[in-house]
Amino acid sequence: MLRRIVVVGASLAGLRAAETLRDRGFDGELTLIGEEPHRPYDRPPLSKQVLQGTWEPDQTFFRRKHGYDALALDMRLGVRATSVDFRARRVTLAGGTFADYDRLIIATGARVRTLPGIAPRAGLFVLRGLDDAIALRRELMHSTRVAIVGAGFIGLEVAASCRARGLHVTVIEALPVPLSPVLGPTLCEMIASMHRDHGVDLRTGVAVTDVVGESRVAGIVLSDGSRISADVVVVGIGVTPNTEWLEGSGLTLDNGIVCNGSGEAAPHVYAAGDVARVANRWHGDAPRIEHWTNAVEQAVHAAENALAGPAAGTSFSSVPYFWSDQFDRKIQFIGRARPHDEMVIVDGSLADRRLTALYRRGDRVVACLTVNQPRALIKYRKLLAGGAAWEAAISGTAVS
Amino acid sequence: MKVVVDLSTCDLHGLCVEAAPEVFEIGDDGALRVLIDTPPEGLRAKVDKAVRECPTGAISIEE
Repeated sequence: MLRRIVVVGASLAGLRAAETLRDRGFDGELTLIGEEPHRPYDRPPLSKQVLQGTWEPDQTFFRRKHGYDALALDMRLGVRATSVDFRARRVTLAGGTFADYDRLIIATGARVRTLPGIAPRAGLFVLRGLDDAIALRRELMHSTRVAIVGAGFIGLEVAASCRARGLHVTVIEALPVPLSPVLGPTLCEMIASMHRDHGVDLRTGVAVTDVVGESRVAGIVLSDGSRISADVVVVGIGVTPNTEWLEGSGLTLDNGIVCNGSGEAAPHVYAAGDVARVANRWHGDAPRIEHWTNAVEQAVHAAENALAGPAAGTSFSSVPYFWSDQFDRKIQFIGRARPHDEMVIVDGSLADRRLTALYRRGDRVVACLTVNQPRALIKYRKLLAGGAAWEAAISGTAVS
Repeated sequence: MKVVVDLSTCDLHGLCVEAAPEVFEIGDDGALRVLIDTPPEGLRAKVDKAVRECPTGAISIEE
């Protein structure tokens, strides 16, 4: 009998798991543990609305309308889970308290990487949490020059937000073309040109070797010997899954918690979101995916399977989806493209920066990218989920 | 149940159209349309999914 469920991690995946458990009728003790002192909040607006100053930080909180009473949670915030004992079914928390469970859902997410060998100092920022966003925004109010390390989606969104604030922005990227392993070189060149047209000094194929300034940052040094002065440096070079607390627990940890298609990492233990590698039928393997919708889908799936038990478990199948807002463009991507997949623009153009592109591997369409064409994405999302043949996808564009 | 969409926060991700195509559509004008304001109970699971998956929290159900 299920009396106690513990969810570790109080961000999107943890919250959606807790909500789903209650939606599906679980009326036992439900504990939600979060390391941050904040109630669950939404991360995508941090690099955009919050940084630009169009939203106050509290607008990012979930359940602002409904509150938490109906969920009847034992919400323990500002406390980190430090270990788990699967035999005793007990999670130990910092400070020595614990939470016992019949089912455990792990959604501890990921944390940002920092530049190796570079000590923290004033003016040096990462952007992952609400506190990061608040501190960075405050700093940007009296800054003029920002250097951003890493031209991934976070780096580029921060760049666009800083330009919107009228700041001088330099972005440093080690790859020759930013994002190209994900989107392919042609579309990444388009995104790079867009940033340059908006006044971003985007430097690619060059690494950061040092951050200068002792008590606070004064600039960065690049591998080509050049030096860029900056009041603020923002590092956005990817994330690492938060699994250290599980080392030695017996779970399979390999760039995340390895789970079967039910989201199960061990008997009675499930994982979801950025920390998890759930076997995904559509994807063909067990990828670690850092996208918003993935966190929701895996959380719902894990919660449902935690209630149903292993015998009734359903296998996870989902087409990855993410989006990014930069300047006046919404980039949406669904599926999975690899560097050598063929890319064809089926509507719009690079020149307009408004387009729909399909990615082909063999005779299948494997991914779709749109720029400011949200309707097209809906059509191709359906085709991709059904494993559409390339010819069908292409002819589909002809008739619509 | 009554479905309410806050069009000022809708960001056209289209996940609701996938979750509940009977209820949501993006029209030729590019705006989200609610096709049935008060969908039958049989569609509740689909509408719930649309609410849960909306990245901007633009959809709500009023009983």
